[in-house]
Amino acid sequence: MSHLLREHAPITEATWSVIDDEAVQRLTPALAARKLVDFSGPRGWQYSATNLGRTTALAGGPVDGVTAEQRRVLAVVELYAAFSLTRDELRDADRGAEDVDLEALDAAAHQIARAENRAVFHGWEAAGITGIAEASPHDPIPLGDDCSIYPRHVARAVEALLRAGIAGPYGLALGPAAYTRVQETTEHGGYPLFEHLRHIIDGPLVWAPGVEGAVVISQRGGDFLLNCGEDLSIGYDAHDAQKVDLYLVESFTFRVATPEAAVALTP
Amino acid sequence: MLCRSNQIRDPLRTEHREPAAVREDAAMGFDQYHEPANELPAQTRTFARLCASLTEEAEAIGWYEQRLAVEPDNQARAIMRDAQGEEFKHFCMDLEFLLRRSSLWREIAQGILFQEGDIVEHGEEAEEEAVEGAAARGAPLPGTTSLGIGGLRGSRA
Repeated sequence: MSHLLREHAPITEATWSVIDDEAVQRLTPALAARKLVDFSGPRGWQYSATNLGRTTALAGGPVDGVTAEQRRVLAVVELYAAFSLTRDELRDADRGAEDVDLEALDAAAHQIARAENRAVFHGWEAAGITGIAEASPHDPIPLGDDCSIYPRHVARAVEALLRAGIAGPYGLALGPAAYTRVQETTEHGGYPLFEHLRHIIDGPLVWAPGVEGAVVISQRGGDFLLNCGEDLSIGYDAHDAQKVDLYLVESFTFRVATPEAAVALTP
Repeated sequence: MLCRSNQIRDPLRTEHREPAAVREDAAMGFDQYHEPANELPAQTRTFARLCASLTEEAEAIGWYEQRLAVEPDNQARAIMRDAQGEEFKHFCMDLEFLLRRSSLWREIAQGILFQEGDIVEHGEEAEEEAVEGAAARGAPLPGTTSLGIGGLRGSRA
């Protein structure tokens, strides 16, 4: 039995499949970081830290004439997003209902995807994670609300990367507000802005819940490393006569290997 | 448990043609599991059943091959050749089912089956490419119940 304790939940295997499928459908569009950075793993729940290959000198060894250094590692963080499903709805799922209310799962999936994106793009100090946008040495480019000039901003970001020796293709993570504006906009002549931006970056343009503004990021590989312990999973917590308490969970570390391989575009 | 009695395992005597007799044998009902059956997920139990079936079909093919090698009667040989054809079919269906349930196994098989040239060389290359590819994609660890999302680079944004 795994640490997820799924076998203890009053949920049939068929309904577990419904729940898992719904989670994948909701998570996949929102997991922007995984579409733009290097993903490695999963290494399992027991994976606890990523090797940084660096040390910190310790003042004084245990005995005279001996020096000491301590290895530095990046500890894995665990993200949890709890949700509850009513047992009535789960019973309906067993009967084959097509419209089972999984709204709580949908909300939890969105939140944990936002959290992962936020940690990767904007960092998470308490967890020791430096985000892509904050690590970038390039001056941030103000994005603003006028999306007709977004191509100019994105082109400036691409130029900054080229000047730093970072070859393309590039990806563009757009926060939800900016993404919607881009999707709604057609330039003079009817050419969709979305396609224009994609032409500039020569790579993916992704909807990135949790991102403020946008980030242009190298897609050549090896610059941004998302190291997965336990990949996104659903576990069981408790139940009573009315509901079942479940949670989404994942564990990972993230580090920026090449800070100059991204440019932040602030809202 | 790798060593089983021929009374249970001889597919020419007990396999699919007499399913009721097989099911009544308590040992046959559970010896296909290497771990306690009640701790195994349903899909793993199904996988194990088809692995056991695959083994039985392979054994039957081998036994028919031996009997054909020594049988002088043409009519008897024709019947056994026909029966062996059934076992070929069963083996292939079992194998296809298992390959559909294991993407890594399928990928390795694609690098080996129906290829001209050195089988061992193809095997080594197929294994290396498939395992490295699975790791790069973030394929779920065997036996885990994660959602199997992994990395999404290259997926449709």
